[in-house]
Amino acid sequence: MSRGGMLGRKVLFSLLTIFVVLVINFVLFRVLPGDPVRAVIGRNVKLSAEAQQTLREQFGLDKPIFPDQFLDTLGQWARGNLGISWSLRRPVAEILAAKLWNTLLLIGLGQVLSIVLGILLGLLAGWKRKTPFDVFALTFSLIAWATPTFWLGIILLAAGSTWLGLPTGGLVSPENVGKPLYTVLPDLARHLVLPTLTLTILYLGEYMLIMRSSILEVLSEDYILTAKAKGMTPWQVLWKHALKNAMLPIVTLIALNLGFTVSGAIYIETVFSYDGLGKLFQTALVKQDYPLLQGAFLLLAVSVIAANLLADVLYVLLDPRVKPT
Amino acid sequence: MSEPPLLRVRHLTTEFLLADAGQRARAVEDVSFDVYPGQTVGLVGESGCGKTTVLMSILRLLPANAEIRGQVFFRGIDLLTLTERQMRERRWKDISIVFQGAMNALNPVMRVGEQIREAITLHGLMPPNEAEVRVGELLELVGIPKERGAQYPFQYSGGMRQRAMIAMALACSPGLLFADEPTTALDVMVQAQILELLQGIQRKLGLAIVLVTHDLGVVAEMCDTVVVMYSGKVVEYGPVDVIFNAPQHPYTQNLLQAFPDLARPGTVLACIPGAPPRLTDLPPGCRFAPRCPARMQWCDAEVPILREVQPAHFAACHLVKDV
Ligand SMILES: Nc1ncnc2c1ncn2[C@@H]1O[C@H](COP(=O)(O)OP(=O)(O)OP(=O)(O)O)[C@@H](O)[C@H]1O
Ligand code: SF4
Ligand SMILES: [Mg+2]
Repeated sequence: MSRGGMLGRKVLFSLLTIFVVLVINFVLFRVLPGDPVRAVIGRNVKLSAEAQQTLREQFGLDKPIFPDQFLDTLGQWARGNLGISWSLRRPVAEILAAKLWNTLLLIGLGQVLSIVLGILLGLLAGWKRKTPFDVFALTFSLIAWATPTFWLGIILLAAGSTWLGLPTGGLVSPENVGKPLYTVLPDLARHLVLPTLTLTILYLGEYMLIMRSSILEVLSEDYILTAKAKGMTPWQVLWKHALKNAMLPIVTLIALNLGFTVSGAIYIETVFSYDGLGKLFQTALVKQDYPLLQGAFLLLAVSVIAANLLADVLYVLLDPRVKPT
Repeated sequence: MSEPPLLRVRHLTTEFLLADAGQRARAVEDVSFDVYPGQTVGLVGESGCGKTTVLMSILRLLPANAEIRGQVFFRGIDLLTLTERQMRERRWKDISIVFQGAMNALNPVMRVGEQIREAITLHGLMPPNEAEVRVGELLELVGIPKERGAQYPFQYSGGMRQRAMIAMALACSPGLLFADEPTTALDVMVQAQILELLQGIQRKLGLAIVLVTHDLGVVAEMCDTVVVMYSGKVVEYGPVDVIFNAPQHPYTQNLLQAFPDLARPGTVLACIPGAPPRLTDLPPGCRFAPRCPARMQWCDAEVPILREVQPAHFAACHLVKDV
């Protein structure tokens, strides 16, 4: 099979996985306790049996679960209709889309910073192995990697707001809420400092450790000795021969981490009262807002699957050795 | 030989500083030999006797824990006194190397042709477009169709990879080529082809080769001079026919007995009992003494020095008398 064929198969496999997730998602929210009708109209409202029956018919709940309800739901999802949030009374898809950008902004910044810094530091640490710099970087990374998100978040929040006067939470200051973000950039930036810093420190450790061990492994390879024997400077060896080989595991890690963007946002957004997907999920969970949770699960699953696919594709593009199987 | 030697190694001594408490492993001690233009010198000895370390010391490619002393004159210039930068400029241009078991000596994510071209342009020998042509010529010289330069190492067989390494080693037309057991990882048929290739290239280009090998048959066929090493030291050194016909050192004699004689089939393969000493725990006198069948009393007390048995033939053994 050609490399193109292999990629095609991976895409197909991803789609299949998404379908399985859809089925699970559907089943899961049918077996959970709770009456959708009661939930929509509120628990304390008295409603006649006939009225309840009418509502059931409206929601399509009088039909058999399989195949009618299942196919109906799939059709709805395919059209981007994820139902109506019980607690917010707005279409789930619309709510998710609105918060997605905020989260992508926060996590994206944190990821980009930690990737760039982590790779550089890991490269230097591995190259200058056993020097004080390496020992320091290694210790820092191990601690950073082991630190719980909310703990570091709270410490930085306390320190940053007390000593630097940075805002304690939110996306923008109260007076700027509702304005388009690009009009209040300085305010937005001030709010992003602490959560971004927290995320950067947390992810940095992992990238640095992987990069360090990866570069150490590559530097011990025979082809590195060949490059030195050719008369290359240490920098040329590092740049032309070591880096691309050492980047292979990192690229996969980056792609996989992107998949956890959404779930990773839950802690950080809760700590910093940041108005993104993470906080939305937390609210949905507390309020038992099933349609919203269902939409959230779908988004989580799809992003993880898409990230896996991306990792596979990147690996095939970067490493000529990946053989069609 | 009237010509001056291309490479003159004198009293080369290499120690590795070990991690635990200032221990030193003297992997190479007081090694001296000459390589003349167009000549092939065989470097033989058991595994761990320091053959690779000699080559790496000359090229100054050892890790930072290595300490090198002595002199290594290449065309009269002592390489060990050069700055790192001056040394870099000489690598590959003066001396190139084909590594031991070189299955991974090519970068797996870089096209083979590109890796060869890089060696040429790195030293600024020719502009990129000419280098491209030269890469094609080099590949054809070692018997690889030049279109395959666009492929990656994993698409090559083991023998082809070694051919590509040889092509790369020739890229800057060096005067001297180090071949460190160039065929160990290959099967017998391919081994023969690679050695034939090396011989052909040497005849065509007139370059000198230092060949490290375990195979005395290869030495007999390819080499002009032999350096026999034991436990980091040269025990015998001389022209190939003299070494093979009249070996003076008991270790060399043992090695030759251990080597099955194709001319006399059925002779029993003698092997040398025991193992070489550990580098951190060397015997005080002759290093071969614990295994030597001809050992005498003072062999344990006194280190034998390298003596000239007859012109150009040296051996380090108390049995040997000066000419
Ligand atoms: N970086 C190093 N640090 C410490 N000791 C080393 C190092 N490199 C080599 N040695 C030691 O030096 C000695 C000589 O090794 P070397 O690789 O030169 O032997 P060799 O003759 O090439 O053996 P082989 O035939 O197996 O290739 C060995 O005892 C080895 O353990
Ligand atoms: S010096 Fe003594 S022990 Fe060493 S090789 Fe000669 S005879 Fe044997
Ligand atoms: Mg070796």
